[in-house]
Amino acid sequence: MTESLVEKLDYEATFDCVQCGYCLPVCPTYIAFKKEKHSPRGRINLVKLAAEERISIDDMQEGIDLCLGCRACETVCPTNVRYGDILMSAVEVLKENKQMDIVEKAARTSSFKFALKNKRVLGLINRGIYAYQSSGMKKAVKMTGILGKSKKMDQMNRAMPDIILSRRITRNVNPFRRKRLSVGFFEGCIMDAFFANVNRLAVKIMQKNNIQVTNIPGQTCCGALQHHTGESEETLKLAMENIEAYEKYDFDYIVNTIGGCGATLKEYDKLFEPGTGWHERAKKFTGKVRDISQIMAMIDFDFNHEIKKNAVYQPSCHLENVQQVFEAPLDVIHQVPGLNYMEMNEKSLCCGSAGIYNILHFDESMQILDLKMENVKKSKPDLIITSNPGCHIQMKLGVEREGLADEIEVKHIVEIAAEACGVRGN
Amino acid sequence: MEHVVLKEFENIMGKRLLTEIDDRMSYGYDGSFGQYIPDCVAQVMSTEEVQRIMEIADWHEIPVCARGASTSLSGGPLPVRGGIVLDFSQWDTKLEIYPDDLIMKVSPGVRTGDIHKLAEAHNLMYPPDPSSSSICTIGGNLAENAGGPRGVKYGVTKDFVIGLEIVTADGKVLRTGGRTVKNVTGYDLTKLIVGSEGTLAVITEATLRLIPKPSDTRTAMIIFEDLYTAGKSISKILTSGVRPSKMEILDHNAINKVEDYAGLGLPREAVAIILVEVDGDPDVLVKELGIVRKALSEIGVENVQVASNKEEEARLWQVRKLVSPAVVSSGYTKISEDATVPLSRIPDMFRKIDEIKKKYNLNIVVFGHAGDGNLHPTINTDMRDPEEVDRVERAVEEIFNYAIELGGTLSGEHGIGTMKKAFLATEMGEEGVAFQQAIKRALDPKNILNPGKIFPEKGEKRLVLRND
Ligand SMILES: Cc1cc2nc3c(=O)[nH]c(=O)nc-3n(C[C@H](O)[C@H](O)[C@H](O)COP(=O)(O)OP(=O)(O)OC[C@H]3O[C@@H](n4cnc5c(N)ncnc54)[C@H](O)[C@@H]3O)c2cc1C
Ligand code: SF4
Ligand code: SF4
Repeated sequence: MTESLVEKLDYEATFDCVQCGYCLPVCPTYIAFKKEKHSPRGRINLVKLAAEERISIDDMQEGIDLCLGCRACETVCPTNVRYGDILMSAVEVLKENKQMDIVEKAARTSSFKFALKNKRVLGLINRGIYAYQSSGMKKAVKMTGILGKSKKMDQMNRAMPDIILSRRITRNVNPFRRKRLSVGFFEGCIMDAFFANVNRLAVKIMQKNNIQVTNIPGQTCCGALQHHTGESEETLKLAMENIEAYEKYDFDYIVNTIGGCGATLKEYDKLFEPGTGWHERAKKFTGKVRDISQIMAMIDFDFNHEIKKNAVYQPSCHLENVQQVFEAPLDVIHQVPGLNYMEMNEKSLCCGSAGIYNILHFDESMQILDLKMENVKKSKPDLIITSNPGCHIQMKLGVEREGLADEIEVKHIVEIAAEACGVRGN
Repeated sequence: MEHVVLKEFENIMGKRLLTEIDDRMSYGYDGSFGQYIPDCVAQVMSTEEVQRIMEIADWHEIPVCARGASTSLSGGPLPVRGGIVLDFSQWDTKLEIYPDDLIMKVSPGVRTGDIHKLAEAHNLMYPPDPSSSSICTIGGNLAENAGGPRGVKYGVTKDFVIGLEIVTADGKVLRTGGRTVKNVTGYDLTKLIVGSEGTLAVITEATLRLIPKPSDTRTAMIIFEDLYTAGKSISKILTSGVRPSKMEILDHNAINKVEDYAGLGLPREAVAIILVEVDGDPDVLVKELGIVRKALSEIGVENVQVASNKEEEARLWQVRKLVSPAVVSSGYTKISEDATVPLSRIPDMFRKIDEIKKKYNLNIVVFGHAGDGNLHPTINTDMRDPEEVDRVERAVEEIFNYAIELGGTLSGEHGIGTMKKAFLATEMGEEGVAFQQAIKRALDPKNILNPGKIFPEKGEKRLVLRND
C-alpha cells in the first residue's frame, strides 16, 4: 500500500516545495478561507503526508476538493513546483478512494460522459437553451443537467449567456488549399453549445483577415472537465482521438477560444510517458495549440468601429498560468478605438468558476466571486471582457448578484474584436 | 491535550479554533525542516483573545507557539512539544500611519510588504526588507529580528521598533517603549523581546519608526577575478566615505547557477560579483559612485559597470533575486545558512566553504549581504538520501564552527530556533547561555512559551536536519 500511494500521488514533485510561502498571497482559496490547508503550501504538504501515510486519504480531501485548480501558485513559485501534477494525482486518488456523492455523480454522468462528447446531444442542449432564451422557460436549462436542480442555481440560470444556435461553421472548406496562415479550429464542446456565437465570430474574424480556418471532423471534447475531476482514462482516450484527428492535416496552429480547453490541449504531452511514440505525437500537437487572442494579436487589425466603454479584463486562469498567455489579449484590447482599458486590482485572481467548481462547491465559489466583485467595483467599469466561457458565466453571475446587470456588460474578447472590426454573427 | 482544555479554548475562539487533523498538520511546519503536530490552532484576532488563551495555557501548562507566516528558516514557529499554535497571520487589521510623527502602529499579522507600501505612499520608508517581505508578518520579523539587504545602511528590525504591546506567559498585557525615538525609562524591554523568537512573550502590537524615503537609487556591478581582492573591496567601499544602501555578493558557483537558470549574460569566469546600490539625491548619487570607483581603482579594481537606466538597474537586482530559485534543482531541498563574519574575514569564509564543498562533495553556493558580513551558504541536497544528509549535517557544522572561530556568529538574521541550538554554547560560552536561561526562567517559569527553541537539550551537540 505504502509503495503504491507514493507512486500514485506525485510524491516526487512535493519535494520541490521549499515551503517558502510565496504562493500564499496569490491563492484565491487561501485569501477567501483564511486557512493554511486551503493554500498551495498546505495542500502540497497534505499530499506528501498522505503519500507517507501519516494522514489518511480522507484527511487530505477537504483541502484538495476546495482547490480551484487555477494554478496561480505555479506562476509565482520560485522553484517551479509542478502543482498541477500534484493536484491531479491527489484528485485521482481521492476519486478512487471514495464513492462520489449522489449530486456530484449525477452532475458528472449526465452532463459529462454523455453530453460533452456527443455532439448531437450537445446540439440538443444548445437548442434547449435557445428555447429557454427565447421562451423564458426555466425548465429548458434544467434539461442540461449541468446546472443541477438546487434552488441556489437560480442565480446561475440568470447568468446564462445569450445563446444562438450552433450550426456547422466552415466544414466545407478544403483544408489542403493553403492560404497565408492555416489553422485548425478546435470547437470545444461547452463552447460549442453555449458559445456558438463566439466561435462563429472567431472564425469570421480569422477568415476576414486571410487566415484559412478548418473545422475538422473527428475532433472531440478536450477532456478538461474529466481531467479536473479525476477521470483520466477518459481524458487519455479523448486526447488520443484529438491528436489523431489533427495529425491528418498540416496546420500552422490549432486554435481555440476557451482558456480551459486550450490549457488541457497544451498539456496533452503530460498524459504520455516521455520517449514513447504517443508522447512525440502529443508534443507535436501541443506545439501548435494557440489561444484565439494569440492569433488575433498577430493580425494587423483594421478596427473601424469605436467601442466607447470603460473596460476591465478578467483573464482566464488557465490561459495565464498554464498556457502562459498574459499580454496577447491586452494587445488586442489596447487596439480597440474608443475603449478605455482599466487595470483591475488583483486582476489575475481566479473568479471562482474553475471548471465545475461553482456547481460542486457553490457557496465557496460565491465567496471567491465576492472577492473578485469587490475589485471589479473599485474600477467602476461598464464592460467586463472575458476570455473563457466559465469565467464569462461566472462574471455575469457576479454582476447579477451585485445588482449591476444594468450597468455592466460582460463580453468575450472575440465579441469585442468582432464589433470593432465590424464582423457580425449571423 | 485534555478535552476540557480544548473546550476552554473553544469558548474563547469559537470557529477560529482549529482541531481537525488536516488543520493541525498544516500549522506544524515552516520554511526549515520537520513536521510536528500541535493539539490545536487558534487564529487569534485580538489582544484579549491572546491574553485569555495565555491565562488558560499558564494554568494547565500548555505549550504556546506563536506563528506568523511560517517562513522561518530556523524552525522558530514549529510546535515541537505540541500544545497550541497561535496563528497571527490573519490578524492584519491594524495598519495605521502617523506621518507627522514618522511612526506606524500595526497588529502582528500585518505583512511587511504592506508596511512598505503604506510608508511609500506617504513618501516615507520602513527600511528592513527581508526577501520574504511579500509574505512574512511583522510579528515574525520582530521575533526573529529580521534583516535584509538594506541592513548595511539602515540596520535591521530592532532599529525601527520603538514600542510593543506584549502578553506575558501568565497572561498579563503590558506596553514597552512608547511613541518617541528617545526613551530610557527603565530597562529596554522592547529590545529584549525583539529577537526572542516567541520564547519570552507574545507580541500583539508594534509601533514602528519610519524615515524619509530616499528620492532615487543607482546600482553598480563589480566583477572580480580573485577572492582576496573581492574581500578587500568590501572594506574599501565601506571606508570610502560613501554608505551604500545595499551591497550583495555572489560567488562563482552562484553566478553560474543563475546563468544556467536565466541566461542573463553574467561573466561566468568571475570568481565573485558584488552589487552595490546607493540611494539619495540623484546628483549626489553620481558623485558617490565616482568616489566608489576611485576607491576601488586604488586597489586595482577597474571592472565596475554602472546601470545607466532603471531597466538595467532592475536587471542587476534580478540577478540577486534569482539566486534562490536557481540553486534549487528538481527533487532537491535547499538548506540556507546564515553564518555571519567580520567584514575583513569574508574571503576566508569563502575559501573555507569552497574547501568544505569539495571535502563533502556537496552542491554549495554562497551569496549574501556583503556589507554586513552576512553570508548565505546554500546547500542543495536530496533529503531522501540519508548518507548525503549526513554529509550535509557535518558540512553545516563545520561552517558554523569556522564562522565562530573567525569572530562571527551562527546566525545573522534567520534565528536559532531548533536548527542551531546545539551550537549556542560554542558561540556564547556556558555563562552566556546560563545568563540567557535565567532571563527565560524569570519571564516564563513554566517554560510554556515556544519550548524547545534556542536552548540546547541536555547533551545535544549535533545538528540534525531530520525529525522523522
Ligand atoms: C524565501 C525566504 C527569504 C527570506 N529572506 C530573509 C531575509 O532576507 N532576511 C531575514 O532576516 N529573514 C529572511 N527569511 C526568514 C523569515 O522570512 C524571517 O525570519 C521572518 O521574520 C519570519 O516571519 P514569519 O511571519 O514568517 O514568522 P514565522 O516564521 O511564523 O515565525 C518566526 C518566529 O517568530 C515567532 N513569532 C511570530 N509571530 C509572533 C508574535 N506575534 N509574537 C511573538 N512571536 C512571534 C515565532 O514563534 C517564530 O519563532 C526568509 C525566508 C524565506 C522563506
Ligand atoms: S511558492 Fe512554491 S516552493 Fe514556495 S511554498 Fe509555494 S509551492 Fe512551495
Ligand atoms: S491552483 Fe489556485 S486555488 Fe489551487 S492551490 Fe493553486 S492558487 Fe490555490
